[in-house]
Amino acid sequence: MTRINVTVDGVKYSDEVEPRTLLVHYLRETLGKVGTVVGCDTSNCGACTVHLDGRSVKSCNVLAVQADGHEVTTIEGIGSGGELHPMQKAFHENHALQCGFCTPGMIMQAIDLLKDNPDPSEHEIREGLEGNLCRCTGYHNIVKAVAAAAKAGE
Amino acid sequence: MTAVEDRPATEIGTRRLRKEDQRLITGRTRWTDNITLPGMVHLAMVRSPHAHATITGIDTSAAAQAANVIAVYTAADFPEGLGVCANAWPITPEQVTPDHLPMVGDRVACAGEIVAVVVARSAAEAQDAAELVDVDFEELPAVLDAMEAMKDEVLAHPSKGTNKSAFWQLDSAAAGTGGNVEEAIAAARADGILIERSYRQQRLIPAFMEPRSTVVDPTGEQVTMWTSTQIPHILRFLIAATTGMSESKIRVIAPDVGGGFGGKLQTTPEEFITLAVARRLGKPAKYTETRSESLLSGHHGRDQYQKLTLAATKDGTVTGLKVELVANLGAYIAIVGGGVPVLGAWMFNAIYKFPAYQFNCQTVLTNTTWVDAYRGAGRPEATYAIERLMDELAAEVGVDPLTIREKNWIRHDEFPFTSVAGMTYDSGNYEAATARAKELFGYDELRAEQARRRASGDPVQLGIGVSTFTEMCGLAPSRVLGSLSYGAGGWEHASIRMLPTGKVEVVTGTSPHGQGHETAWSQIVADRLGVPFEDVEVLHGDTQIAYKGLDTYGSRSLVVGAEAVVRAADKIIDKAKVFAAHLLEASADDLEWGAGRFHVKGTDKGVGITEVALATFASHNYPEGVEPGIDADATFDPDTFSFPHGTHLCAMEVDTETGQSRMRSYVCVDDIGHIINPLIVEGQVHGGLVQGIAQALWEDAIFDDNGTLVTGSFVDYTLPSAADTISFVTENTTSPSTTNTLGTKGVGEAGTIASTPAVVNAIVDALRPHGVHDIQMPCTPQRVWRALQSARSTHPGSTDEGSLQ
Repeated sequence: MTRINVTVDGVKYSDEVEPRTLLVHYLRETLGKVGTVVGCDTSNCGACTVHLDGRSVKSCNVLAVQADGHEVTTIEGIGSGGELHPMQKAFHENHALQCGFCTPGMIMQAIDLLKDNPDPSEHEIREGLEGNLCRCTGYHNIVKAVAAAAKAGE
Repeated sequence: MTAVEDRPATEIGTRRLRKEDQRLITGRTRWTDNITLPGMVHLAMVRSPHAHATITGIDTSAAAQAANVIAVYTAADFPEGLGVCANAWPITPEQVTPDHLPMVGDRVACAGEIVAVVVARSAAEAQDAAELVDVDFEELPAVLDAMEAMKDEVLAHPSKGTNKSAFWQLDSAAAGTGGNVEEAIAAARADGILIERSYRQQRLIPAFMEPRSTVVDPTGEQVTMWTSTQIPHILRFLIAATTGMSESKIRVIAPDVGGGFGGKLQTTPEEFITLAVARRLGKPAKYTETRSESLLSGHHGRDQYQKLTLAATKDGTVTGLKVELVANLGAYIAIVGGGVPVLGAWMFNAIYKFPAYQFNCQTVLTNTTWVDAYRGAGRPEATYAIERLMDELAAEVGVDPLTIREKNWIRHDEFPFTSVAGMTYDSGNYEAATARAKELFGYDELRAEQARRRASGDPVQLGIGVSTFTEMCGLAPSRVLGSLSYGAGGWEHASIRMLPTGKVEVVTGTSPHGQGHETAWSQIVADRLGVPFEDVEVLHGDTQIAYKGLDTYGSRSLVVGAEAVVRAADKIIDKAKVFAAHLLEASADDLEWGAGRFHVKGTDKGVGITEVALATFASHNYPEGVEPGIDADATFDPDTFSFPHGTHLCAMEVDTETGQSRMRSYVCVDDIGHIINPLIVEGQVHGGLVQGIAQALWEDAIFDDNGTLVTGSFVDYTLPSAADTISFVTENTTSPSTTNTLGTKGVGEAGTIASTPAVVNAIVDALRPHGVHDIQMPCTPQRVWRALQSARSTHPGSTDEGSLQ
C-alpha cells in the first residue's frame, strides 16, 4: 500500500492505496465520488474524464498514486456556490444529454477544450471531443452546447 | 405553488428543458454500480473462452483460497437451479428452443457463457480470483454463420438434431390480404422487371454507455434488486416464474439507467446469478460487467441474410415482393429473439402498394452470442431491404429514386390504408414530408452538382441517398400479441395521485433510461389537469412504486404509456367534478372544466382541481354515497399500432481513388403525429440517425473462425465519435395518429430505421456510373474500393450499369 495526498474538488484527502489502483476507482470506491463513471476497459469512451491540475485526463488511465500531490476536479466540483458551471448550463439548455452516462466526462472534456481554444469551429469542437463516446445524442446537441458555452464565455 | 398565469398557454408542443438533467449534469446520479450496501460482496464471472465445448472439470480450489474470497460457485452448487433466461415469444409451436440456464455445468454453447462465479470482498479481488478458476474444456466443432448453420453439418446444440429453430411465413394470398406473389414474379419475368438481390444485415452490438450492473439486497422480507434494465416489471415476473420465488417477495428497481437501445430488454444470466448468490449468502451482492463482458455477453442485434425478389411492370409499378430471411439467433433464443426478425413481416412492403407479398423467415441457432432487439428490431432490416430495392428499381427503369417511390406509395388521401401484409396504417402524408425534405436538402441543386461531377470525371463523386420509411411502433395491442403467441400483453398502466398540497404524482409503468419521460409526462399532465409543470412529479422504474407496467421498448412509451396517463387524468377530472359540484352547491351538469378549474356556467363561481384535492384530503364535506378521493389509475391497451414515417435524404461524397466516403449533408422530415416536446424529439432523431449511420459505415460485430468475438472492446467495435459525424437538419410534418388521444406516434427508433439505407443508397448512387450497384455494410473505405475494383474488372473501361453480386 502506498500513501497518497490528493486534493479532490477542493478537499484534501490522505489515503493508503494499492499501487495498482486506478484514479477512477479511488474516486468512486474510496472517496464515494460516483459522479465519475467507468464506461470501458480500454480508455476509449472517456466517461471517466476528470481534470488533473486543470487538464482533462481519463481517470481510468491514471493510477491513483500518480495523483499524489496533485489536484483533481470532477463533475461534482465544477459548480460554485450552488451555481452550475456554464458548461453544465449549456448542456442542459441545449438538450445535450439523454441517459446522461457520458455526460460528466463529456462536460469535463468540453471545459478543457474551451480552455485550449475559446472560440472553436464546429470541426474543432468535434475533433476536441473525439475521445468521448456518446450513444444517445448523435453528438449534434453536444456540439451545439459547447459552441453555446464558447459564445457565452466571450 | 407556481402562479398559473406564469405558464405557457399549453405545455404540449413547447421546448421544455428536461427535469431529469440536474442530477445528471452534476454527477448526483443513481447508477446501479454507485450503490454500496453494508457487508456487500462482489461477484466476478468465469466465462467460457470457447464457442462450443464440453466441460470436463472445474477446479475452484485455488480461487477459493485467494485473499478475501468468500465463495466460488459452479452450477453444481445450485441443484435447485438459478432460474431461466426465458424466451417469451416462441414464433411457432414447433420452435426448437434450447434451455438457457444462467450458469452451465456440462457444455458451453457460445463464448462468454458463465461456468463459475467468484464472490469476494471487493470487485478487484473477485476478478483476480476468477483468473484462478481452472476449467477443463473439450472443444466441440462450432457453427457461427447462419448460412452454414442451415446446412446442419455442425450443430450448435447436438441434442436438438438441427440448427433450424423455426420457420414463419406470411403470404398475402393465403391471408386474403393480396395476390399470389409467385404469379406476380412469373409475370414480371415474362414481361416486366424482376429485381433479385441478396443483402446482408451484419451483426451489431447495442453498446449502451452504462455497462450492466446488478445489486441484490436479500436482507429484508422482500428481496430488492437494483439493475440496469429497461424492463423491471417483466424481469420481476420472470424471476418469479422461473425461480419459484413469490412475486410479492421480489422488488425490482431500475434506478438511473444509462441507455439501452433494446440491449437492456433482457433477463440476464448475470441478474439470476447475482440474485442466487445474494440469497445463498444472505448478504447484499453486486455484479458490474466490464465493457469487454458487455460486448461479448450482452445480446447482439441484426445478423440476417436477406434474399429478395421484387416484381414490377416495365414502367416501374410494383406488382409483388418476396422476402426470404435467414436470421441468426445466436446460441439461445433471447426474450424476444425469434420474434425480432418476424417483426419485419409487416414492414418489408413499407409505404408501397404491393398487390402481392410473401414473407419467409427461417431462424437458426449458432454458437455465437444471443441476438435480440436492437433499436428498431426487425424494422431497420426490412426498411434497409425495401429502400435499397426501390433504388435498384429506379435505376432499372431509369428514373429518379423519388419518382419511383411516388409512383408506388400510398397517397395521403388513401389513409387509413390496409397494407398487403394486413396492417392498417392510421395516417400519413408521404408527399408532404418528401416535398419538405427536398426543399431543405436542395435536392435539385445537388442532383445538378452530381451531374456536373459525373461529367467532369471528378475523382470525388457525389451520391444522393433516399429513404422514405415507415415503421410500426407502440408495442402493442395485446390481442395481436396473443395471436402471435407472444408471452405477454402490450397494455400500459398509469396512476395519478392528487396530493393535498396541490402537487401531483404520476406513476407510469414505462421505464425510461434517457428518453425524458419525466419531462414529457409532466407536460401532458400539466395540460390535462391544468396544473403547473413544476408541480407534477413522475415516478417510475420501481415495482413497489410503479406496481404495474410493461416497461420501455418498441417506441411504446408515449403512444401506449402516456395514453394511460391521459386516461387516468380524465378519470380524475370526472371524479373531481362530483366533488366540485358539491362544494359549489351546483349541479354537475352546470359545471364547465378548463385550465384546472370547474366553473359554474354563467357565474364567476368556481373551484380549482387542487382545491378539490385538498377538500377530499380533509373529507369534512363531501357528497353522500361517494368515495372520498379523486385519485385514479388507468390501463390502456391500444387497438392497433401507429405508423410514423418520414423522408430522409443523405448526400455522400465518395473518393473513387481511395474508397473513402464523407457525409456532406443529411436532412430528414419525420411525421410522428403531434409532438409533446420538440426538443426531446430532435434529440431522439439525432441519436437514432447516428446509430443507423453507424450500421451503414462503421459497426460490425465479428467472430473469428473459432467463435471468438474479435470486436470485443471499443478499440475494435468502432462506435462513431463526434469527429466522425455531422450536424443534421431535422424537421417534422404532422399527420396526427388516430390510435391515441394525443395523436402521437413513436419516435425512438425512427432515425435508426430510416438512416441506414439512406447512407448506403447515397454511396451506391455515387458509384453507379462506375458499375457498382451494391456494397455490403459497413461500407468501409476498403469495401468501397474493392467494389470499385471489382466493377472495373467486370466492365473494363465501361461506365455502364454493371453487376456486383
